[in-house]
Amino acid sequence: MDLSVNLGGLKMRTPVATASGTFGYGPEYVGALDYAQLGAVTVKGVRLDPWPGNPMPRHVEVVGGLVNAIGLQGPGVEAFVEYYVPNYVETVAAAYGTDNVPPMIVNIWGGSVEEYAAVAKRLSEAAAVAGSPIGAVEMNVSCPNVKEGGHTFGQDPAVLEKVVSAVRGAVKLPLIVKLAPNVPDFRPYVAACEAGGADALALINTIPAMVIDIETRRPVLGNRTGGLSGRCVHPVAVKAVYDVHRCTKLPILAMGGVYEAKDAIELILAGATAVAVGTATFTDPGAAARVAAGIADYCGRHGVAAVKDLIGTVEST
Amino acid sequence: MLIDEETTIVSHEAAGPGYRFLVVAAPKLAAALAPGQFVHVKVPSLESSALRRPFSVFDADPAAGTVTVMYKIVGRGTAALAREVPGGKVMVLGPLGHGFPVACTGTPLLVGGGYGVAPLHFLATRLVAAGHKPILFVGGRTKDDLLALDRFAALGVDVRTATNDGSAGAKGFVTDPLDDALIELRQTGGAFELFTCGPDGLLKAVAQRAVGTGRPGWISMDRHMVCGVGGCFACIQKIKLPNGEVYNARCCVNGPVFAAADIVW
Repeated sequence: MDLSVNLGGLKMRTPVATASGTFGYGPEYVGALDYAQLGAVTVKGVRLDPWPGNPMPRHVEVVGGLVNAIGLQGPGVEAFVEYYVPNYVETVAAAYGTDNVPPMIVNIWGGSVEEYAAVAKRLSEAAAVAGSPIGAVEMNVSCPNVKEGGHTFGQDPAVLEKVVSAVRGAVKLPLIVKLAPNVPDFRPYVAACEAGGADALALINTIPAMVIDIETRRPVLGNRTGGLSGRCVHPVAVKAVYDVHRCTKLPILAMGGVYEAKDAIELILAGATAVAVGTATFTDPGAAARVAAGIADYCGRHGVAAVKDLIGTVEST
Repeated sequence: MLIDEETTIVSHEAAGPGYRFLVVAAPKLAAALAPGQFVHVKVPSLESSALRRPFSVFDADPAAGTVTVMYKIVGRGTAALAREVPGGKVMVLGPLGHGFPVACTGTPLLVGGGYGVAPLHFLATRLVAAGHKPILFVGGRTKDDLLALDRFAALGVDVRTATNDGSAGAKGFVTDPLDDALIELRQTGGAFELFTCGPDGLLKAVAQRAVGTGRPGWISMDRHMVCGVGGCFACIQKIKLPNGEVYNARCCVNGPVFAAADIVW
């Protein structure tokens, strides 16, 4: 059984990664999840300087999902490279062995085109150091929770192409662009990513959402609005991946309500090369490994020799 | 190293009106937990995507292989948990967070509000075993909010109570008997450390007394959490670093116990 996939140059042992914003800086789940089953881990968004994030409350649970407005809190790229990256390698290697440290996809964001490029350049330098786990860069151009946190870059195809192109110029690592689901037509955005030089696309980011406390008549979240994730967004992700796969040859890293192997397989059939497990990890820390094992089981039951043979094979007639 | 242990409910009894003691057989966690740490519990009867619920550890007995949490029924998660019966299986993730330092100098003064006494009980078991003589100050609105007093008494802990309505102990706030003890300690020159868990107002009052007396104060913060392990940044608290900078600490991994002098209220 061959579970390996190539996501725009990122070689993944299994088609299962963790999703940004749900997995800290990588080592947080050591002990509760078999890292050897992961194709990659995606870390929390990194920008140039430290960023405090949004006021509390930052989350509210809804039936079938979670609305969050964390606001991309982070230590800045320098602290990330100096402390968090080596700490990830050491902690995971100590628990699972040096051969089982999954490559790291670093999610980045910024307030300007120049900032995106500067963060990417610093990561490119860090990735060149022997033993670095940094395997790819994921550009967040679709966070609904920070005004300048990428969302503005992801809403205008011309601006999107400019920022992708700038990051492309700063980094040789596989470049993934993470898109929002709430657009009327993916095609201009996909075209902008292709023209800018992206190697892969990631979708979906959270869906803009809001919860109101009817007793106080106030929004529950400190940021007033947030992004919806969890089981309930899964069909939205399947449709988005299906649409995007039909208009591009770029490989897709799909996320959105992946709790079980069947959720992942749906996304792969719709066109994803790999999937990321996000909100499910909060409920079941071992979810990503369970999903990977379930994909192998599915391939076995259906006589599929390599999981990559499944990509985009949904029957549409 | 985290442990996500499949546990079996040993007993599940009332700890007061609206409060429960949940005892699970969890040998790995029982051996690994330290006072002030917490566990993240998957409530079996909630929908499969429901978030876990974080609970302070009331007791962890490595010899018996059991872990006890005490909780208040506050929402749909705890209401659903309260319906679970002995013999049932529950996934419990731990040990989580940084707990109380137990190398106490002087008399340990434990200050609890409501179910905030839970981690203080676990702490008391270890302090007593180490030869300390802790004093517990516990407060609530009424006598119904004074929980597990018999369990502290059984450990030989000196328990001093206060209620807002005077239905048990001194009428007033828990800080009243605490202040009496602080005055007495000042007169005798006795060393002490403060340990507290409860509503934010109480935590702040105890932290002010620790800072004001120049003694160590250890504050356990109760926050809604998502992941419990530092993965999501949902449960932040402003904390002062040694260099004076203030940052948004994650209560789940950087806490839940913080030094009183470091908290920016």
